[in-house]
Amino acid sequence: MISFGPTEEQELVRDTVREFAKNEMREIARPCDEKRELPSDFLQKSWELGLVAGAIPESFGGGGIGRSPVTNALVLEELGCGDVPLAAAALAPGLFVAPLLDFGTDEQKKSLLPLFVGSSFHAATLALLEPTFSFEVSSLRTVAEPKGSGFSLSGKKRLVPLASTASHLLVVARGARDGVAGLEAFIVPRDAKGLAIAPEAERTLGFQCLPRFSVELDRVEVPASARLGGDRGIDGARLLAMLRTASAALGLGLARGVYELALPYARERVAFGQPIAQKQAIAFMLAEMQVELNSLRHLVWKAASLLEHGVDASRAATLAHVYATREVMKIADNGLQIFGGHGYIREYPVEMWYRNARALTVNESVAAL
Amino acid sequence: MIDLTLSEKDEQILATVREEALVCRKYARYYDDHEEEFAPDTLPEAKDFKNPFALLMKRDELDSSMGVMSMLVTAGQTWGDYTVRMRRGTGGLGNAALRASGTPEQQSRWGGKTLAMAITEPGCGSDSKAVQTTAVLSGDEWVLNGEKIFVTTGCRAEGVVVWATIDKSAGRAGIKSFIVMKGTPGFEVTHKEKKLGIRADDTAAYVFRDCRIPRDHLLGGDESIPKEGAGGFKGVMKTFNMTRPAVAAIGLGIAQAALDFTRDALAAEGVEVDWNAGVHGRSAVQQKLIEIEADIEAAMLCVLHASWLSGESKSNNLEASISKAKGGEIARTATQRCIELCGSLGISLDHLLEKWFRDCRITDIYEGTGQIQRLIIARDILGYSAAELS
Repeated sequence: MISFGPTEEQELVRDTVREFAKNEMREIARPCDEKRELPSDFLQKSWELGLVAGAIPESFGGGGIGRSPVTNALVLEELGCGDVPLAAAALAPGLFVAPLLDFGTDEQKKSLLPLFVGSSFHAATLALLEPTFSFEVSSLRTVAEPKGSGFSLSGKKRLVPLASTASHLLVVARGARDGVAGLEAFIVPRDAKGLAIAPEAERTLGFQCLPRFSVELDRVEVPASARLGGDRGIDGARLLAMLRTASAALGLGLARGVYELALPYARERVAFGQPIAQKQAIAFMLAEMQVELNSLRHLVWKAASLLEHGVDASRAATLAHVYATREVMKIADNGLQIFGGHGYIREYPVEMWYRNARALTVNESVAAL
Repeated sequence: MIDLTLSEKDEQILATVREEALVCRKYARYYDDHEEEFAPDTLPEAKDFKNPFALLMKRDELDSSMGVMSMLVTAGQTWGDYTVRMRRGTGGLGNAALRASGTPEQQSRWGGKTLAMAITEPGCGSDSKAVQTTAVLSGDEWVLNGEKIFVTTGCRAEGVVVWATIDKSAGRAGIKSFIVMKGTPGFEVTHKEKKLGIRADDTAAYVFRDCRIPRDHLLGGDESIPKEGAGGFKGVMKTFNMTRPAVAAIGLGIAQAALDFTRDALAAEGVEVDWNAGVHGRSAVQQKLIEIEADIEAAMLCVLHASWLSGESKSNNLEASISKAKGGEIARTATQRCIELCGSLGISLDHLLEKWFRDCRITDIYEGTGQIQRLIIARDILGYSAAELS
C-alpha cells in the first residue's frame, strides 16, 4: 500500500543523522577537501551512529535493527547533504557488510560480521571499478578462474575507498556467465598474496578527502569459501540495484544541500534594486530544483521499497540512478549559477559540491561509494 | 512506513481498469475523427466487465490510500482513451468546485447534476483574476453579462459554475462563482471548439446576456467583499489543489500509453532495455527509453504524493502544483520523444501514438500552465506574495 510517511523510528534515525551531518560534517568538509585529508576521529564519530553495526543481527553481536533499504535511503540523503565524500568514507565498511548480509553464507557471516560490531571503526571495502574509459559493469575485465578447489583472481581495480586500511576487500569479478547475472564477489584479505594496493591514493576531481586506491590483482588465490554466497554465488542484479539506489540517495542529499544554500542566498542577493529571487529567471530555477528534488526522492524511495520487499528492483534502481545522474548535476550547476562569481570561488561550498556532483554521477556512480 | 509498492488487491483493481481501457481504446480513433459526435455514456461491452470503481469502494482499507488509488485509476482510464469511458461518470469540474465551496443546500440541490466550470475569457486565461464577466445584484437576482471560452464538457453539462466579478475595483476579492443551469434565459452556448487533440471532449464557448439567476445561486452564499486577502479566490484555489494532481494523472496515463506502445513496438523489432546494463551497455535509443520511463514514473509519484498528503489531511498546496508542473511537462515531452523513437511509423494514423501526442499537449496548459505552476511553487518556497514575485 502506498505511503509516503516514514515511521517514528525512521524519523528519529533521520533526525539524528541530520544533526550529525550539520554538526560533524559541514564544518570539516572544506578543510578536508583542501588538505585531501580524512580525519580519523570523523570515522570514529560516524561509527558511533551505529549505521553499519545496527543492521547486523543480534546473533552476530549487532544492533539487530535489521537491514532496511528504505531507512538507508533516508540516512544516505542526510549524509549526502552533509558531505558526499565524508559520507562515502563513513559508509565504506557498509559496502562490504551489506552484500555480506544479503548474500553471505552462514559461515561467512559468522566469521566476518563480528569484526563490525565493536566500538571502533573497522575499515572494509568494495572493489568494483576498473581502469577503462568505457567501463561497463555488465562486462568486467577482472576475472575469477577456478584453481584447485578455489579461485584465482586477476585484474585491475580503481577508486577503491579506504583500501589501504581495509581488513578485507570485496572484489567484484566476472565469473563463468556473461553480464550482470554472472557477477561474482570474493572476500579477499588486504594482505593476500598477489594483491597490490597503490602506495598513494588516486587524485580525482571531487571526493578529494576520500582516500581511494588503485588495486591490482595478479593471480590472487582464494579458497572456495571466499566466494560470497558459496555455491549459490551472489545476485548481481540486486547488488547493482543496491549500489545504484544508494548513489541516487547520496546525490539527492547533495542536491538538497545546494538548493538549501542557494535559496536564502537568492533572497538576500540584491541586483538592480531587488533580490534576485524576485526575478523569474532565478525563481524558476529554484522552483525547478524543488520539483526535481521531490521527483528524485520519490524514485529513490520506490527503488528502496522494492529492495525492502526483496523483489526485483533493477528497473526502479536504474530509473532512480539515471534520473540522479541527470538532475543532481543540473541542480549543482544551477546552484553555482545562482551564486555567480561567488559560486566559483572556494569560499563557499558550492564549487566543491559542483565537483562532487560530477564525480558522484559518473561511471555507474558506484565509483563514488 | 514509507512504501511505494501496491498491494496485490490494488494491482488487481488496476488490471481491471486497464482491461476496460483497452476496450475504450478501440473507439479512440473514431471519436477523434468525428469530433462533432459524443461518445456514448455506456459502451455496449460494459455488461461484460465489473465496474472498477465498485471494486475500489469494496476495499478493506478505506483510508488515505483511496485518493492515491483514484489517481492511479484515472491514469489507467486515460491510458485507454482521454474521453471514451466504459461507463461515463457524472460530474465535471464544476462539481469539484461545488464540493469544495458550496453550502450544504447547494450541494444537495446540484450535486447530482453535471456542472462545467467557466473561468477563462477571451481576454483572460491563467491571469484568472482579470475576469471581465460581471454579476450585478438587481432585486433578488444576479444579472450576468460576459463571455466565457474553453469550457470543458460545456455542451453536455447540465449547468455551469461561472466566475464573475461583483466589483471590478475590488480585484480578485470581488470575484465570485455562480451556478447557472442550462435553459436559463440569456445563457447561450455559442459553439464547440475545434482542437489539436482531445477532440472527443467537448469544449464550449458561452455568452451571458442579461442572464438573471436567483440570489441564492451564488456558490457558498457569501456576498461580502473582503478588504484584504483573496476572498472567494481561496475557494477556487482549494478546488485546484484537488484537481491539479488529477489533471496531471490524466496526462500521465496517456504518456504511459505512448511509452508502452513505443516499448512494445521496438521490443518486437529487437530493441529492448537491459535494466542491468551500464551507460556503455546501452544504445542512445535505450537510454532515451529509460529516461522517458524515469520521467513518467517520477511525475506519477509526484501526483500520488500530492493526493496522499490530502488523504492524510495535510496541506498539499505546494505538492499539487509540483505534480501539475512535472506532469504537464512530462506528458508533453514524453509523447514527443516516443514519436521520435518510432520514426515514420510514429506519425502514422494507423496507430494512436500521434493522437496521444496531440491529446497530451493540453496537460501543460489547462488548470494553470506549467509557468503558472512554477510561479506558485517559487512563491511558496521563497515565501513571496504575488506582488513580490509576479
